[in-house]
Amino acid sequence: MNPFAEYAISALLLFGGAFTLVGAIGLARLPDFYTRLHGPTKATTVGVGAIMLSSVIYFSASGESIDISEILITVFLLMTAPVSANMLAKAAMHIGVKTVDNTEGHPWEQ
Amino acid sequence: MLDRLNFPQPGLSLTLFVIWQILSEGVSGGSIVLGLILAWLIPQLTHGFWPERPAVVKIWRMPIYVMRVLKDIVVASCSVAWLILSLRTPRPAFINYPLKLEHPLAISILASTISLTPGTVSADISDDNKTLLIHALDAASDQEVIDAIHNRYEKPLMEMFQ
Repeated sequence: MNPFAEYAISALLLFGGAFTLVGAIGLARLPDFYTRLHGPTKATTVGVGAIMLSSVIYFSASGESIDISEILITVFLLMTAPVSANMLAKAAMHIGVKTVDNTEGHPWEQ
Repeated sequence: MLDRLNFPQPGLSLTLFVIWQILSEGVSGGSIVLGLILAWLIPQLTHGFWPERPAVVKIWRMPIYVMRVLKDIVVASCSVAWLILSLRTPRPAFINYPLKLEHPLAISILASTISLTPGTVSADISDDNKTLLIHALDAASDQEVIDAIHNRYEKPLMEMFQ
């Protein structure tokens, strides 16, 4: 395989892995439910995006045809991540999950 | 029965059919039959959920908007990652965002964009479709977040759906 492709794949895998790790750390470190919601939604968008790109480069560089189905996976993730984040936030407001003390503003009554 | 054998949304049906051909490995007789069934069945089932089509959609502006959102996702991800790794306490806030967009499809695109860009999640929309509740992870001031969203995302969407 082309060495440039190998460097690009390694860099993208490290980048994606690092972001997924930071998302997981955020899940553990952030103070309340609503702030924790931000960690995983971000890790999916950038982390999975980078890992998907490296997969596309790998299969293209190793001689097989360019596979679009990986790009579709990312597109579906990008379409569904906001919906699940929205449903989680709505459900949390519905059962009245407590917010951390220094939060400005208030959730709505459901 | 026969009058149900139509395609209420040809665009959606075509998209579903093409996506199914890409997902199934290689186009074959079976994938075409199943693709046709899905292209007919899914629009029938989801028909009631779709809002009416907007009068004018300037679809050629969409790629520019998507590129801008992708760039923002990467840039803002880095700042959220930095916030998580630094030991500073975040300043979370619930923000009432006054919507200027009117079409339901445009509003849902804006809400999804807000959720995808790191640091903000759209949590709810008021019953009259005029206010969006946003949770920001780290907001210096409400007005700053509102202005940023309005200038970067809502204005291009307003131009697209006029």
